[in-house]
Amino acid sequence: MLMSVPDDRRSDEEESVDEHRMLPELVAHLRQHRTELREDWARRIEASHLLHAMTPQEIGSETSSVYDNYVEVLETGSVDALQRYARDLSERIIPRGVETDEVVGIVLLLRDVLARSLFQKYQDDFALLNRVLDAYEPAANRIANTVAVSFVEERERIIREQQDAIRELSTPVLQVRERLLILPIIGVLDAQRATQLTDQLLRGIRIHRAKVVVVDITGVADIDTSVANHLVKTVDASRLMGASVIITGLSSDIAQTLVRIGVDLSKMNTIGDLQGGIEEAERQLGFRVIRPEQG
Amino acid sequence: MFVSILQQGDFLIASIHAALDDSELMRFQKDVMAEIANHRAKGVIIDVAALDVLDSFGSWSLRNLVHMARLRGATTVIVGIQPEVAFSIVELGMELDVTTALDLENGLEYLESVTTGHRAGKSMLGVLGSHDT
Repeated sequence: MLMSVPDDRRSDEEESVDEHRMLPELVAHLRQHRTELREDWARRIEASHLLHAMTPQEIGSETSSVYDNYVEVLETGSVDALQRYARDLSERIIPRGVETDEVVGIVLLLRDVLARSLFQKYQDDFALLNRVLDAYEPAANRIANTVAVSFVEERERIIREQQDAIRELSTPVLQVRERLLILPIIGVLDAQRATQLTDQLLRGIRIHRAKVVVVDITGVADIDTSVANHLVKTVDASRLMGASVIITGLSSDIAQTLVRIGVDLSKMNTIGDLQGGIEEAERQLGFRVIRPEQG
Repeated sequence: MFVSILQQGDFLIASIHAALDDSELMRFQKDVMAEIANHRAKGVIIDVAALDVLDSFGSWSLRNLVHMARLRGATTVIVGIQPEVAFSIVELGMELDVTTALDLENGLEYLESVTTGHRAGKSMLGVLGSHDT
């Protein structure tokens, strides 16, 4: 065997030609030892306590797919298929609580397992090993990157979807009687949601021609002073549109905040609970609820 | 001028159809006052439904108009304030201490209830201030 020590003056072109020559050999090696390398990898995953949300059978089938995808990327240099697979995998495993570090961890483990096997194969020829690694490392890095990015992207997509759902659900405007609306608010009322609340409320008054609106904040634990001020402004604006607002279910913390900022209480109509609020609203609108006598 | 002042029974309906500048607003104010005297109107509705912006001078002069009409013996109600306008009035901290109603129909309903006094409809409507019993 006659091998020269890698020459630093090699041009990029030569290097890439070299890479093209080395990769097929590499791929052939990895295909040939597929079973043992994959098993070694699965053992390492288990030893590192990664993917404990999945059963050994699932780990077995996923590791086979990842392995094949991995080798395919090394062979073709195209990460498209891997990207698709990584997205699909993320979609399946994110709901089961698999974390980013686990996914990145198993890919890095595979990278390590394969690199070790290369070390073993070429240990007698340092120069050749160097060239093999030159070809292997960039591809392996690209794969690790692709998988991590796909996983995070999938995660962000899920978060965005959930945010949209929360936003849509957060301020429903419900008509319970002619010209009577109810806005139940649950959760944290921050500045953004308060703005949305005002928007929905004023639009709701216009669409439903409401005269009385009951805003129920039983489900809101506390609000800060700027949101409290915003709430008072919303009540005033509703009044300008010809509707009166009844606020129900104030917690003691919110009551304290409203008093602290010095709200003009004659302008705010507040009632203890939602039931009382609806009764008051019905009274204002001239409705009377009568229980038929049972004979 | 993008305004109209129509008579409807004992009431006047003054509508603003487009944004007015300051001098047009003053002229509108004078015209409404003159019409109240001409028709001996008991009530006035000012319809601002066509306005999607109202500056501080605009809301200040509308408020003045409401108070002036009151002194002339006509109950006045502003109707059709758009959501954006309502919130910007409040946001600017302007005390629009006047009676308001959702639209023309509610405004007429309100005027009928207070001028004939046979319906206690006032509490049903948005009332800012309590000077018009």
